[in-house]
Amino acid sequence: MDRASGKADSTLLRVEGLKTYFFQRSGVLKAVDGVSFTVKAGEVVGLVGESGSGKSMTCLSLMRLVPRPAARIVEGEVWFDDRNLLELDESEMREYRGRRMAMIMQDPQTSLNPVFMIGDQVAEPVKLHLKERGRQAIERVLETLYAVRIPSPETRLKQYPHQFSGGMRQRVVAAMGLSTSPELLIADEPTTSLDVTIQAQFLSLIRELQREHRTSVIWVTHDLGIVAQMCDRVNVMYAGRIVESSAVRRIYKDPQHPYTQALLDSVPVIGNRRPRLYQIDGQPPDLRSIPSGCPFWPRCPSAMDICKEQYPPQTATGGDDFVHCWLAEQ
Amino acid sequence: MAGYLAGRVFQAILALWFIATLVFALSRAAGDPAELFTANLAAPEAEEMMRERLGLDQPLYRQYVIYMGQLLQGDLGTSARSNVTVAQILRERMPATFSLALSAIAIAIIFSIPLGVLSAIYRDSPIDWIAKVVAFLGQSMPSFWLGLMLILLFAVILGWVSPAGKGGISSYLLPGFTLGWAAMAGIVRLMRSSMLDVLDSDYVTMARAKGLPEIMVMSKHALRNALIPVITYASLIFGAFMNGSVVIESVFAWPGIGRVALNSVLGRDFPVVQGVVIVFGAFFIIINLIVDILYAVIDPRIKYSR
Repeated sequence: MDRASGKADSTLLRVEGLKTYFFQRSGVLKAVDGVSFTVKAGEVVGLVGESGSGKSMTCLSLMRLVPRPAARIVEGEVWFDDRNLLELDESEMREYRGRRMAMIMQDPQTSLNPVFMIGDQVAEPVKLHLKERGRQAIERVLETLYAVRIPSPETRLKQYPHQFSGGMRQRVVAAMGLSTSPELLIADEPTTSLDVTIQAQFLSLIRELQREHRTSVIWVTHDLGIVAQMCDRVNVMYAGRIVESSAVRRIYKDPQHPYTQALLDSVPVIGNRRPRLYQIDGQPPDLRSIPSGCPFWPRCPSAMDICKEQYPPQTATGGDDFVHCWLAEQ
Repeated sequence: MAGYLAGRVFQAILALWFIATLVFALSRAAGDPAELFTANLAAPEAEEMMRERLGLDQPLYRQYVIYMGQLLQGDLGTSARSNVTVAQILRERMPATFSLALSAIAIAIIFSIPLGVLSAIYRDSPIDWIAKVVAFLGQSMPSFWLGLMLILLFAVILGWVSPAGKGGISSYLLPGFTLGWAAMAGIVRLMRSSMLDVLDSDYVTMARAKGLPEIMVMSKHALRNALIPVITYASLIFGAFMNGSVVIESVFAWPGIGRVALNSVLGRDFPVVQGVVIVFGAFFIIINLIVDILYAVIDPRIKYSR
């Protein structure tokens, strides 16, 4: 870990055996199927995986905002500081949302309400949680908009979302989350819909603000390049579970899980003249009928007999790192 | 905003002119009223006199100029059957139609918007079920039948209200409800689906993620967006109500414009038909204008992208 101060090691968030299922007519869809991980104070934790691996649903579960009545958190614990969020009642939970934990969603085009001025939208958590009113609230909003580098925030305050570009909108969304200085920021692929240069600006802005305020961040992405730039630790998800957890520096050098290896191989590298980019064979499993054993075995180049029968236990691989794979077990 | 308004008003005037011209052309194409009125008298002189009185002896373009000139002065002409001016007929009949339309749309909105919103929030619950039944009945019951049944129950059996005619506020209840229920059906359905769309949106999730209480999420973030399509629909229905309903007015002996319109069409009383159609058109245009302005107030995206 790059952070030197002693407090960096205290755990802010501990997720234990989280399961979020969708109950559909065609069966039970196990979107999140026993996810456990921790986030330390000031740490940036990446959540990586293909589409449909349960990343977004994990985030929504932490906020307790899974789409109801279709989905339900069926099991698990989410310890934030010293409270299990899943045991709080709704009004207690609202004290966490927007105050101690904030969220940025994937698409800035749709995450701002089109009919309200952005000043009003950024001020909402400030008024709600910090009980600031009038001039004081406006000052706080301006400060936050300034912090996310929105030019001339005084005029922008009175404008509507459609008057902002995609990159600027995502900054407004970030401002909305950061205005109350939360301890945890959950960013669900916030740069996916931005073009590359805007994406780079946004990443360095968030990284800078995160370092300044020592905010913990859960950063969801499918882009291992972003992980290298943003994260301290990375959790690789597959079919609703975390299959490998590792410090970022290590995962590029020494991936333990064949799926992590495959993901790394499918990242294009400049100067590496391969005839064709590596591609993982097959499709991610249907979450309504996950194969028995390790869900990755049908696509795994080194699958063994035991992989088809039993889910591999957690194997410690040094430090806080672990992997779920029979190869590591042997 | 001022530019947007000016543009809209100009469009409204243009539409009104177009309607007036169309009405002129169509009523001339419908046949010669003088011939119809004097058919039994069989005296060519009488027919000639009739034409002269109605101005039909003039060439068509002259008729058009006279017609437009009178229209600009607010003169809608005189009935071909009686000597009453069209303006007077409208003055007598429009208030009854207008007040009934207003009470019908008010009844429809008061019931259907909360019902639509609640059935979206509590999907598949008893309230959603009730909303479905209300909408289903409203769409499937013919209004003459519903009107008669309501009269039977509330006026004849229970004796709570008078069965027909326009009197105090209570006389509006039955016709207003009969007319309003049919409108309720559409508004409930539209409100429900529009609300469901909005509830699925990211900005509603974001509002919740800010820690806003559910009542704020619904009333502030969701409802305002969900109302946008409903406003259009409800005002179009209101426009239709303004044209009077022949059925409702007959069932409840309501002194409105709907029956006047029907009778004057059947009797080829073309000055009255012209006047009524122009006034109907004007109402529709004014309602559309108001909706456009309401839109610009509710949805900020509209002002700037005209």
